[in-house]
Amino acid sequence: MNVSYLYSLLAVIILGLIAYVGAAIGLESLFGIVIPYLAILAFLVGFVNKVLDWAKSPVPFRITTTCGQQKTLDWIKPSTIDNPTTTRGVIIRMLLEILLFRSLFRNTRVEFKGEKVSYKWVIWLWLFAIMFHYSFFVVVIRHLRFFVEPTPFFVNALETVDGMLQLGLPGLFISGATLLGATTLLLLRRILLPKMNYISRAADYFPLFLIIGIALTGIMMRYFTKVDVVKIKELTMGLASFHPGIPEGGVSALFYVHLFFVSLLVAYIPFSKLMHMGGIFLSPTRNLANNNRMKRHINPWNPKVKIHTYDEYEEDFRDKMKDAGIPVEKE
Amino acid sequence: MGDLPKPDEMYESIDHTPPEEEWEKIESPITPGRYAYPAKDKNLSIMEFRTPGEWSPADEEWPLPENWQQIIHEGFKERLEKYRSLKIFMDTCVRCGACADKCHYFIGTGDPKNMPVVRAELLRSIYRNDFTTAGKILKKLSGGRELTKEVIKEWFAYFYQCSECRRCSVFCPYGIDTAEVTMMGRELLNLLGLNINWIMEPVANCFRTGNHLGIQPQAFKEIVEFLCDDIEEITGIKINPTFNRKGAEILFITPSGDYFADPGTYTFMGYLMLFEALGLDYTLSTYASEGGNFGLFTSSDAMKKLNSKMYAEAKRLGVKWILGGECGHMWRVINQYMDTMNGPADFLEVPKSPITGTVFNNASSTKMVHITEFTADLIRHNKLKLDPSRNDKFKVTYHDSCNPARAMGLLEEPRYVINNVCNYFYEMPENTIREQTFCCGSGSGLNTEEVMDLRLRGGLPRANAVKHVHEKYGVNMLACICAIDRAAFPPLMEYWVPEVGTTGIHELVANALVMDGEKERTTDLRFEPLKEEEDEADEG
Amino acid sequence: MKDKGKIIVGLVIFVVVLTFPFWYNHGVATQAPEPELTKKAKKADKCVEETAYMRKEHMQILDKWRDTVVRDGKRMYVNANGKEYMASLSNTCIDCHSNKEEFCDKCHDYASVEPYCWDCHTYPEEKE
Repeated sequence: MNVSYLYSLLAVIILGLIAYVGAAIGLESLFGIVIPYLAILAFLVGFVNKVLDWAKSPVPFRITTTCGQQKTLDWIKPSTIDNPTTTRGVIIRMLLEILLFRSLFRNTRVEFKGEKVSYKWVIWLWLFAIMFHYSFFVVVIRHLRFFVEPTPFFVNALETVDGMLQLGLPGLFISGATLLGATTLLLLRRILLPKMNYISRAADYFPLFLIIGIALTGIMMRYFTKVDVVKIKELTMGLASFHPGIPEGGVSALFYVHLFFVSLLVAYIPFSKLMHMGGIFLSPTRNLANNNRMKRHINPWNPKVKIHTYDEYEEDFRDKMKDAGIPVEKE
Repeated sequence: MGDLPKPDEMYESIDHTPPEEEWEKIESPITPGRYAYPAKDKNLSIMEFRTPGEWSPADEEWPLPENWQQIIHEGFKERLEKYRSLKIFMDTCVRCGACADKCHYFIGTGDPKNMPVVRAELLRSIYRNDFTTAGKILKKLSGGRELTKEVIKEWFAYFYQCSECRRCSVFCPYGIDTAEVTMMGRELLNLLGLNINWIMEPVANCFRTGNHLGIQPQAFKEIVEFLCDDIEEITGIKINPTFNRKGAEILFITPSGDYFADPGTYTFMGYLMLFEALGLDYTLSTYASEGGNFGLFTSSDAMKKLNSKMYAEAKRLGVKWILGGECGHMWRVINQYMDTMNGPADFLEVPKSPITGTVFNNASSTKMVHITEFTADLIRHNKLKLDPSRNDKFKVTYHDSCNPARAMGLLEEPRYVINNVCNYFYEMPENTIREQTFCCGSGSGLNTEEVMDLRLRGGLPRANAVKHVHEKYGVNMLACICAIDRAAFPPLMEYWVPEVGTTGIHELVANALVMDGEKERTTDLRFEPLKEEEDEADEG
Repeated sequence: MKDKGKIIVGLVIFVVVLTFPFWYNHGVATQAPEPELTKKAKKADKCVEETAYMRKEHMQILDKWRDTVVRDGKRMYVNANGKEYMASLSNTCIDCHSNKEEFCDKCHDYASVEPYCWDCHTYPEEKE
C-alpha cells in the first residue's frame, strides 16, 4: 500500500506548527501580513502567467470530443450540447461542464460479474466533487465579510441561507461542515480505494490535507476555541485596504495557522494541478464546436510538407497504368 | 493463435488489483505479445525519419542516437509551443481516477500503466521535471522524474498500447484526451526513429503507391474488376467502374482494406452495387486509393502528407465533391484535420446528392460526405428498392467505431441504414455504444499478429458486449463502419464469441438492394445461401 | 491566435472579481469599532466575566443563561470568581449596556453577525 499521504500529512502538520509557534513568539507580522501578501502576489502573477503561457500556444486542430449525434441531415436530430456546432451550444456545454461537472456525472465502474463485464453508473466521485467545490465556493464568499466593509448584501444573504439550520451557537454554517466532510471523503477515497491509492502521490494528498487543515482551524475558531472576530476583521481589513497592521492585544495563534494554510494554498495553486480551475476553460476537446466540415479551422503553423505528387506517382507507374487502360496525364 | 490461453483462462487471469510496487519503479515494460515489431529502415527513410537499423524492443540496449535526451527535450518543447492541448493536458489532470477503468486495454490487461491517467503520467512526469517551476524545485515531490532510457522503453511500450480511441476523454472532467497525449508521445519516439512497422510500412506504402497495402494502380484495377465479376455472378449485372476519370461528378475514396481482404471486400462490392443502382457519376482513383491514414498514428506531418492526395486528386480530376467510404480513423482525419491541413477545398462544390438533391451543408467546407450520410438520405427519400428480408438470417448488432462516434458524432445514420436493410437489429448495452463505445482492441495501427494477446484483451469489452446480445437475442452478425474493425473483429470474435460474423454496413445494404435488371438472387455477397435452413441457423 | 483576446478578457474579469475586496474598499482603512461603555458600565468596571473573555464568549453565556432560566428555572449565575448575578439579558446586561447601537450593533454590524436576541426581547428606549 502506497503511504505517500503520510508525507503530505506530516508536511501540513509541520507547517501548521510553524505558524502556531511563529505567532506565539512574536512573528505575527510575518504570518499575518508578509506571507498573506506574498501569497496573493504569487497567486495572481502565477495564475496570469500560466494562463498566458497556455494562450501563447495555438490550437492547431479542432479536436472536439463528440458525445452525441452530429448535425447532418435535416431529419436527424442533432445533439446540440454534447456535440455542438454553434457558439451557443459550446457555451452551454462549457457551463454544464464547469458548473455541474457533466463529464464526471457519466462515471461508471467496471465489474467482472461471472462471464459478464458490466459498467455500473457511479455518482460518488461526482457527488463528493460537487459538494467539495460548492461548499468551498460558499465558504470563500462568506469570508468576504472579513475583507469588505460594509459587508455586501449578497454575503449577508448567503450567510442566512448557509445558516438556515439555526443549529447551535454560533449558528452552524452548512458549507463549513460540507467542506470538511467532502474533503475527508475525497481523501478517504484516495487512501482506501486500491486503484486511487495506486495513482495518488504526495501532490494529490497535500492540497487535500491543507484544505482539511483550513476547514478544521476555521471550525475550531468559530465553534470551539472562539476568537475575537472584531480584531480579526481589523487585521484582514488592514490587508484588504493596504493599511496592514496587527491589532492591539493580538488574536489567537490558531488564526495564524488558519491564515498560513490559506496563504499556502493560494500560493500553491498556480504551480500545481489546482490550475485545473483555469484549464477547464481552455480544454480543446470541450470548448470547440464540432463544425469542422462546415467551417475551416486555421492552423497558424500549418507546415509545408513534402508530398508525393500525382506527377511523381505517374512517373513511377505510367507504363503499368497504360497497360491496364488507366488514363494518364502524359502519354 | 497457437500459444494463447483459452478464452476462459484469459478472462479468469485478468486482475485489476494494483501491484505492490509504485508504477515509477516497475521496470522491464517490454512484454511479449504486447509489443509490435519495430519499423524497418526502408520505410522510415521513405518518410524521412531517423533510421536506427535492425533492432528489437526486447533488446537490452536500444539504438538511440548519442544526443537522444536533447532530441526529446527539444521535441517536447516544440510540441508544447505548437499545441495548447498538450500544455493543458499536462497541467490540469488532478488524478481523480475517472478515466482509470474506461480504457479497454486496462480492462483487458489489468496493467496499471494502461490506466489512461498513468499512461499520461509517463509523459507528464518528464514534463514536470523539465518544464515546470514546481518540478524543478520539488523534483519527485511534484511528481517529476528524470528522463532515462527506461522511460523511453516505457513510452514505446505504452504509447503503442493505446488505440487513441478517446473513450477516456468522454469521462474526463477536463476533457483530457489520451489520444492527444499518445500522439505527442509517438511523435517524440519518431524523432528517435522508434516506430512500429505495422504503422510505418502502410505509411510508406501509402506515400508512394497511394494506399497502405502498396497495391499498384494496375493491381487495384484488377482487384476491383475481380470483385465486379463476383457481383455479376451474384446479380447478373456487369459493373464497369472507372478509374482516374476526369470530369466525374464524385470521387469515391475508401480504405484499401475494403478491397484487399474479406469481409471488407463485401462492403466494397456493396458500394459498387449501390452506385450502379443509382447510376452515379463517380470515379475511383488509384493515386488516392486509400481512405485510411496511418499518418494519424505517426505524426501530424505524416498525416498531412498522406491526406494531401485526396484534395490533390479531386482537383486534378475536376470532380465536384468527394464521397468517403466506411472507415473509422479516416473520418477522424477528414472531420478534424483535412480541411485545416490541406484545405481550403475551394475548387470543389458543396456536396449535393445528384439523386435526391439534398445539399450536405454539414460538409460545406470540407466537401466530403460519409457514405452512410449519403445512403441514409437516399433511403429517407425512397430512392432505393430494398428487400430487408434478404438479410433475415442475420441478427445484427452495431459497433460504433471509436472515431466516427467520438470525433464526429456519426451515430444515427448507420443505425437508420441498418434498420432499413435488416429486419433484426439489436443494440448492445448502453455503456458500450455510441460515445461510450469500446475499441475493437486493434485501432491506431495495432492490428498486427504479434500483439494478438493485447488485441484480444483490449477487444474483450467489445466482444463481451457482443456476447451479451448473442446470448440474449441470438445476434450472429456484428456490423461496423470501419475497415480496421473489419480486419480486427474476425479473430476477436473467433476467440471470444465464435458464432458471430463481421460485416460492413454496405454489405447489408447491397444484400437488400433490389437492382434493376438483376437476376433472382440465391446467395448473399459471400456466395452463401440467402436463407439458411432453419435448423442450421439455430445454433448453440 | 484569435482566441487570445477572449482569454485575456476572461483573465481580466477573473482578476477583477478576485481582487474585489482590494478595490471595493478604495484602500480606505476603516477603524475597527470599539464598543462604547455607558457611565454605569464604566463605573462598574467589570462585567460578569473578564473583558477578554466576554469579547469572545458573551454569546455563549447568553445562550447558557437562556437555557438555565427558561428550561431549568435557575435565575442565578455564578461567575469564575464566585460572584452571583441574575441571569437576565434585560435586567443584568442592559442595566449597564443600555446603549444597544453603540455597544452591541457597532461590532455585530462590522463582523456581519446578526444575533437573534431581539427576535424575542425588546430593547428598552435607549438611555444616555
